[in-house]
Amino acid sequence: MSTRVPLPYTPKVLELFRNPRNLGRIDDADAFAQAGSPACGDVISIYLRIGEGDVIEEARFESYGCAANIAAASILTEMVKGKTLREAWSVEWKEVADELGGLPPVKRHCSILAVGALRRAIRRYYGERRPDWLPESLTSVEKQALEEEEMIERLYGRGTLR
Amino acid sequence: MSVRDLLRVHGKPTREVYLDNENSGWVPKEVVEAMLPYFNSIGYGHPSITNRPGWEAFEVLEETSELIAETLRGDKEDVNFVHSGTEANNLAIVGSAKANRGKGRKIIVSDIEHYSVLLPAISLEELGFKVVRAPVDERGFVLADVLSELVDRETLLVSVGMVNHEIGTIQRMRELVETVKDRNPNAIFHTDACDAYARVPIDLSRLDVDMLTLSSHKILGPKGAAVLYVREVEVQPILRGALSSQTLWPGVENVPAIAGFRKAIELAFNDLEEKVERMASLRDFLIDSITSSVSDCMLNGPSGRERAPDNVNISFLRVEGEALTVELSMRGVYVSSGSACTSRILEPSHVMLAIGRKHEEAHGSLLLKLTRYHELEEMRYVSEQVRESVERLRSISPL
Repeated sequence: MSTRVPLPYTPKVLELFRNPRNLGRIDDADAFAQAGSPACGDVISIYLRIGEGDVIEEARFESYGCAANIAAASILTEMVKGKTLREAWSVEWKEVADELGGLPPVKRHCSILAVGALRRAIRRYYGERRPDWLPESLTSVEKQALEEEEMIERLYGRGTLR
Repeated sequence: MSVRDLLRVHGKPTREVYLDNENSGWVPKEVVEAMLPYFNSIGYGHPSITNRPGWEAFEVLEETSELIAETLRGDKEDVNFVHSGTEANNLAIVGSAKANRGKGRKIIVSDIEHYSVLLPAISLEELGFKVVRAPVDERGFVLADVLSELVDRETLLVSVGMVNHEIGTIQRMRELVETVKDRNPNAIFHTDACDAYARVPIDLSRLDVDMLTLSSHKILGPKGAAVLYVREVEVQPILRGALSSQTLWPGVENVPAIAGFRKAIELAFNDLEEKVERMASLRDFLIDSITSSVSDCMLNGPSGRERAPDNVNISFLRVEGEALTVELSMRGVYVSSGSACTSRILEPSHVMLAIGRKHEEAHGSLLLKLTRYHELEEMRYVSEQVRESVERLRSISPL
């Protein structure tokens, strides 16, 4: 039985932390959402510019969090650029972790939070015009982001940043 | 994933300043040289066996005990060698509680103790002991009147660290010990003095503690040697095994590490006051330099003479501390943080929370522990790198 705790970082995480791709906000973004909470120590904002056929022309991020958090948000924006919103919606947190060369259990919530922020942005973009492929009820990743925020709100009675 | 690839991407910074002496540290050349003969020239035997290399090893234990007793104004017979501060604290808490279980069930530990004190204490709850955590004020002081309220006839053991490992608070030990002994003369008092040794004066001829922990690596000695100093109090071993030269700890003592510890003590205590003054002035320069050049930051713990001379702990708002340690690492500045993300349990430092810091303040904390070997110029460099790193991470943040 190995009891060794895995290293938190892959070379890819460190590279993206050092030189994040798609960093910064889009001031007139077509879609925007935030997930996480400062009290938890991680917040990710996702900004999307959406073109013809609901294709993501530009995806950018901001992050308050650990190196893995920054890397997860960055790689996700890279992964969804050029995809339709429907395709972007189907990106799973495990794929994000895989793109980073793997994330140990203790850092998995970083990729969950990134995907949670993206899905929240997509859901908000459609609002009442929800397409058929977009599930009516929240997906587990969205719920997880929400739970983290609600837990903090319960514990500390502070408004979150949604 | 390979560590080698990670290190390759990280690269070797051209300039490096190591300030993570809280967690592990650099060892001076003289200390390493003092250890080397004990691997294969002399004293490589078992200190409790009747042969020459064994007796040579025993001599190291004897001489180091004498030196430690001299620096503490204590008795060499009370010095017990173990392999780490964590082991010494476990032995103190679990060993004394089990040996004295008929005399009371209450164990009082301060809210900001090192985990190697807190967790063994909590583990004793399974055996019917009750653990009470003594609160601290916003600078990390255990207040005598607060402690006095907690101590009663059921109190078996009290443990308060002499200097806090994270925020450098130098407790008013004599007052605390006297308070406890006044309330219950039979209560056992343990203090983790790992961060106090060779930084603040310890005089056991005037301080009535029953047990005290010291660790080699906390004074620039090698890892693998530590001491539990035990006076007239029953302690039972917590590890069982074959013979040793000491009854409290089985197994063969780490003689080369103890020889290194001895050298580290000699070096640290030579002109101790001058070294302490030097560290304190580097500390104050670093604190002033960082807090005056970076916006929205706060010093954690007391300042001046109430703070350990080697300890700098600052919280930066709107920055996550783990990212800050990685950013600084790539700039060759090696530090640690009280952020949840640096812990395996994803909880922020309990010390930060105990002094009333909010979670986001704890997440943004940096611990920089310097040594007498550091130079003022290095402090300037560190301050500059901290400022730039905080700016960079704040520029990434949506907050």
